[in-house]
Amino acid sequence: MSVFSGKNLICVRGERTVFAGLDFSLEAGGALVLIGHNGSGKSSLLRLMSGLLKPASGTLSWDGEETGEDPEAHGGRLHYVGHHDAVKPVLSVVENVSFWASLRNGGAAANEAARAALDAFGIGHLCDVPGRFLSAGQKRRVNLARILAAPAPLWLLDEPTTALDRQTIAALEATIARHRTGGGMVVISTHSDMELDAFQVLDLADYTVRQTGLEQAS
Amino acid sequence: MSGFMSILKRDLHLAIRQGMDNMMVVMFFVLAVVLFPFGVGPEPNILARIAAGVIWVAALLASMLSLERLFQTDYEDGSLELLTLSPIALEVIVLAKITAHWLTTGLPLIVAAPLLAVLLNMNTEGFPMLILALVLGTPSLSLIGAVGAALILGSRRGGVLLALLILPLYIPVLIFGVSAVDAVIGGFESKAQLLILSAFLMGALPLCPWAAAAGVRQAIE
Repeated sequence: MSVFSGKNLICVRGERTVFAGLDFSLEAGGALVLIGHNGSGKSSLLRLMSGLLKPASGTLSWDGEETGEDPEAHGGRLHYVGHHDAVKPVLSVVENVSFWASLRNGGAAANEAARAALDAFGIGHLCDVPGRFLSAGQKRRVNLARILAAPAPLWLLDEPTTALDRQTIAALEATIARHRTGGGMVVISTHSDMELDAFQVLDLADYTVRQTGLEQAS
Repeated sequence: MSGFMSILKRDLHLAIRQGMDNMMVVMFFVLAVVLFPFGVGPEPNILARIAAGVIWVAALLASMLSLERLFQTDYEDGSLELLTLSPIALEVIVLAKITAHWLTTGLPLIVAAPLLAVLLNMNTEGFPMLILALVLGTPSLSLIGAVGAALILGSRRGGVLLALLILPLYIPVLIFGVSAVDAVIGGFESKAQLLILSAFLMGALPLCPWAAAAGVRQAIE
């Protein structure tokens, strides 16, 4: 059983401490929901978990091994969905998704995996449409299809429901549930309620030490 | 290796679909060279004397034009973050993007160069050497430029900043590239210049992707 955990994490952005002394631990099949008001560090924590950001102090580890030791191996076991959808306007939907899949599974069957993933999010019929004709919600669905097209045990989703309609949110919830029954882990930051079962909530308000800027409503 | 090929294929694909961008680089190259006879006057001897230098300077400026976009579009749409988080080393990814950049800009410049050399009345003995020097020199330009392109990520007016950062670093390549051609036309050996150009390339090949990857990591943080 894999365990993804963080100990005593401190995040500093532009000389401001976003959070300090933050601990979390996530086991296979687990889900962690990050809540907190704007600027409380949800996105920063997700970026920290992915390795895009380095913690000012503290350790992140996967099965007891520090993730910073081998960033490529850590990159290979996670999928990150951030604020941008990374959809190339001149590539077709299926080309967009299969490119990302080919980076992870060595190019084998990337195309079929991409089509299946697009079907799961209900945009299989848009396979050959160039990215520039997609709406914001459709781009987000393409981005979510990317994480389905190549398997990875850890999903880091930063407000994944942005621009999605109700039906797709349900599809996403079902996808996450399937991912978790398969032993996958999910970390989600969200403002809207998502239906998940048995999840942990990390309230960033309790961990935050604010030095300047935002006032804490205590 | 397959990751390298996937990224190379994707970048070439993107470049071909946005064909106009690369055509513009070549058009700029041609126009910049064609301006010289108007400025210097149509004296064949003078043009022949400056031909190698003019072609090299124009190639330098043209390859720089497209460098700004090397990482910028991926940076803006979030692709660069995802590339960084892929299981492939960022240095390899950067090298793949540089290779794609050279294939879509450096190579067309090399193809266009002999034609421009004819326009400038360059001594035909220098043609093979001009091509050889460009083949050795332009990959170095793409490699060095990538470091600058990574450093300007996230800055406004990056294009001008890129020129200020990169053009001074292009000077050694320019000096030896031009002197290789001039030496052959003057009837001398040009082995030394070619060796130095190769040395630049061999030095830039491992160092520049590494430095550019560090710049990219800094930019997305």
